[in-house]
Amino acid sequence: MSAVEPLSTESDWTFELLQDYEREISRIAENFGLDTYPNQIEIINSEQMMDAYASSAMPINYHHWSFGKHFLSVQNSYRRGHMGLAYEIVFNSNPCIAYLMEENTLTMQALVIAHASYGHNSFFKNNYMFRTWTDAESIIDYMLFARKFVADCEQRHGVDEVERVLDACHALMMHGVDRYKRPYPLSMQEEKQRQLEREELLQQQVNDLWRTIPTGEGEPGKTLEQRFPEEPQENILYFLEKNAPLLEPWQREIIRIVRKISQYLYPQRQTKVMNEGWACFWHFHILHELYREGLVNDGFMLEFLQYHTAVVYQPPYNSPHYSGINPYTLGYSMMQDLKRICESPTDEDRQWFPDIAGTPWQETLDFAMRDFKDESFILQFLSPSLIRDLKLFSVLDDEDRDHLLVNAIHDEWGYQSIRESLSANYDLGNLEPYIQVYNVNVRGDRALTLRHDMHNGRPLEKENAEEVVRHLHQLWGFDVVLESVTDDQVRSRIAHSELSQSGDKT
Amino acid sequence: MTFLIDRRSNPKQKSAVNRQRFLRRYRDRIKESVAENLRGRTITEDGKGEKISIPARDTSEPTFRHGQGGKINHVVPGNEEFTRGDKIPRPRGGGGGSGPGQASNEGEGLDEFVFQINQQEFLDALFDDMELPNLTKRQLSGLEEFKRVKGGYSSDGAPSNLSVVRSMRSATMRRIALGAGKRTELRELEAELQALAETPETAGQRRELEERIEELRERLARIPFIDEVDIRYHRHVKEPVPHSKAVMFCLMDVSGSMDQRTKDLAKRFYILLYLFLSRNYDKTEVVFIRHHTSAKEVDEDEFFHSRETGGTVVSSALELMKTIIEARYSPTEWNVYGAQASDGDNWPDDASRSTDLINQLLPLCQYYAYVEITDAGDKPLWLTYSPLQEQWPDSFAMQHITGPGDIYPVFHELFRKQTA
Repeated sequence: MSAVEPLSTESDWTFELLQDYEREISRIAENFGLDTYPNQIEIINSEQMMDAYASSAMPINYHHWSFGKHFLSVQNSYRRGHMGLAYEIVFNSNPCIAYLMEENTLTMQALVIAHASYGHNSFFKNNYMFRTWTDAESIIDYMLFARKFVADCEQRHGVDEVERVLDACHALMMHGVDRYKRPYPLSMQEEKQRQLEREELLQQQVNDLWRTIPTGEGEPGKTLEQRFPEEPQENILYFLEKNAPLLEPWQREIIRIVRKISQYLYPQRQTKVMNEGWACFWHFHILHELYREGLVNDGFMLEFLQYHTAVVYQPPYNSPHYSGINPYTLGYSMMQDLKRICESPTDEDRQWFPDIAGTPWQETLDFAMRDFKDESFILQFLSPSLIRDLKLFSVLDDEDRDHLLVNAIHDEWGYQSIRESLSANYDLGNLEPYIQVYNVNVRGDRALTLRHDMHNGRPLEKENAEEVVRHLHQLWGFDVVLESVTDDQVRSRIAHSELSQSGDKT
Repeated sequence: MTFLIDRRSNPKQKSAVNRQRFLRRYRDRIKESVAENLRGRTITEDGKGEKISIPARDTSEPTFRHGQGGKINHVVPGNEEFTRGDKIPRPRGGGGGSGPGQASNEGEGLDEFVFQINQQEFLDALFDDMELPNLTKRQLSGLEEFKRVKGGYSSDGAPSNLSVVRSMRSATMRRIALGAGKRTELRELEAELQALAETPETAGQRRELEERIEELRERLARIPFIDEVDIRYHRHVKEPVPHSKAVMFCLMDVSGSMDQRTKDLAKRFYILLYLFLSRNYDKTEVVFIRHHTSAKEVDEDEFFHSRETGGTVVSSALELMKTIIEARYSPTEWNVYGAQASDGDNWPDDASRSTDLINQLLPLCQYYAYVEITDAGDKPLWLTYSPLQEQWPDSFAMQHITGPGDIYPVFHELFRKQTA
């Protein structure tokens, strides 16, 4: 065997070395069959990293005070040593932009190149959530459009006016996504062209809705029963954009911008475990391959393994470091576990995973990466063996009981139930309150009624909900009522007209 | 294909705008916090940035989230002792601790939101909507700094300052002026010569004309192209650089009746005034005068910390202030500000002398502020000074301070922006 020289023996990185590593990592990734967007790797300093934090890694964003607040709080914790900054941050676009911190050692840079530029990148390109909901080609263009549009509005209507609309939109951002409908691809030229047409058209439609000239003499009894919208709508921002009676065209456009961004970030919230698991799995295998080929030395590997184990460490529930399940651990362990099930299945695995036990691992992992999101991925692939490794147990917190009840542990009776509970914990439909636009009193005071479907009887946090209702009122212009409902029974109700006006200022 | 880009040299502070937006939104809160932070600064301390804390609740961004209650199934790692059916007492006190019932996403902290603002932002917040009265006299003072500016042209100077354009222009002017009469005559003669017929009768006349023309041409040619008198030089003049400076006199009663608390209150008032003046003037000097029955100029440390006892004669301090102004701070050069803090005691016989002195001082001062730190009603000095408010409405002000909470409002009141 010919002696292969390691790429480097020192720990400081240079651009030449980064290029060498990137070339080798790229070659290995290709051998493993990873399909990626082109990469754009940017070296940034800590301040720029904090910038990236503040704007959800978007390279361009409009201006808003909340980003400033976010930046200040990150900066503050960072300066006092309360938190470290991430080694990298990656943004889902084409080319895929990965930001690497300048402080990283050479080993760390190699790790994050493998992790972000090949792991995350291939996930962005191939996972169905991203393929369905995001258009990596044109997001940067769209953000450029959004930033310019918001800046123009600020010029024309004043910062305060724009801020009021943005504040209200941000409060409803999580409720600005379509969960089942695919959005149009968006691009800057199209947006610009269509924006003007849309302004006029929208205004017309809205006016139509509120037309007061009587049309046709229907039976009054029948029309009263009809609700508007006919079916409840989950995308509250979309509903407001299209139907709020008093909004100016530019305000509708801002709602649209926030809604589009929210939709763009939506898949990331749904695939945290899978995405991180996939990226960790691949940096682990790629760097091991580098080592096998003799391109990196023992020192490099020891350093790498230390970082790696720190990242995928899961503190137990009773540790002071515990803060929920570490998505890196869960994702990485599940990916590794899948590989194990493919390569050396046990009888138990054959019984639980008859379809994949013993199949080629690369194909199976590729399939798992493409066609699932966290919720379904866990429901499908969390194995009894991993439940035992992580010693998972399930605790029922029911307000009707005095005690918390351990209702499943890592045993024969518990596997299925733990799997289902954990999967449910990653279902955004459970995590976020499910709120829909229910009715508009078209013939009366134009009050907007929203319904909160109380999943498992969980109530809304009242103070926050009231604030959001205020924001809703800001956009809607008439009274807003929020009802929490179980079994078609209204359990609690927040009406804007009944709120004190004290908190209205901020 | 991969691009490797070094972004580190990109312009800094990409989020400066967002930061400004944030500060703008919470301006009132920040002002409160800044006023709060004033304790604990020394008077001439180079103003550093400040740590600002505002209640996190005010800066929260509301969203719909779940509250306590309902049924939740938590999946938790690291089981060591539990088996199915175990009951765990519900952890008390909301989301704290590491129990399985920990608050998942409703971690609403009641903490303060803490961040740093820089010196400029600090002062902006502090002196928002305040101004110095009587700024008209902002004198040009300095004999220290001059800058050379172009000041037109002169007829003498160093060769290096020669202005070619100007010199050539005056040479042309001179040539036109000197030759004008001759050229007119020349044109007339030439026309006459043309008009004469070429006959032997006119030969004599023609020769005469030709000679005359020849002579005129020679004389025109003798006008020099450029002459000594045409030369122009660039001129530079020294111009004084406008330099405004202020001196602030801190007068304080240190007699036995002034306790440490009263001094602290006075100190905070002085700090505010100092910061405010430094913002408005390039250079601000501070003179500390303390007095009991006699006055003395001291340094800052002694001013605030030394203990003295004895009676109180305010005029001694005013006298000293006047002497110092005359000796060192000519009012034509300096903007003089006086700030006097006292508990209001004064020797009864001193009242008329004090009134005389302050009446002499006020024309020298831009502004003189008197703060009386007392819990009781009007004290002798207050009564002495009261009439001044009407006599000198532009340059004299007095206010009561009873506790730390009053200082900033009182200061704010003294320097409130005059509404037009």
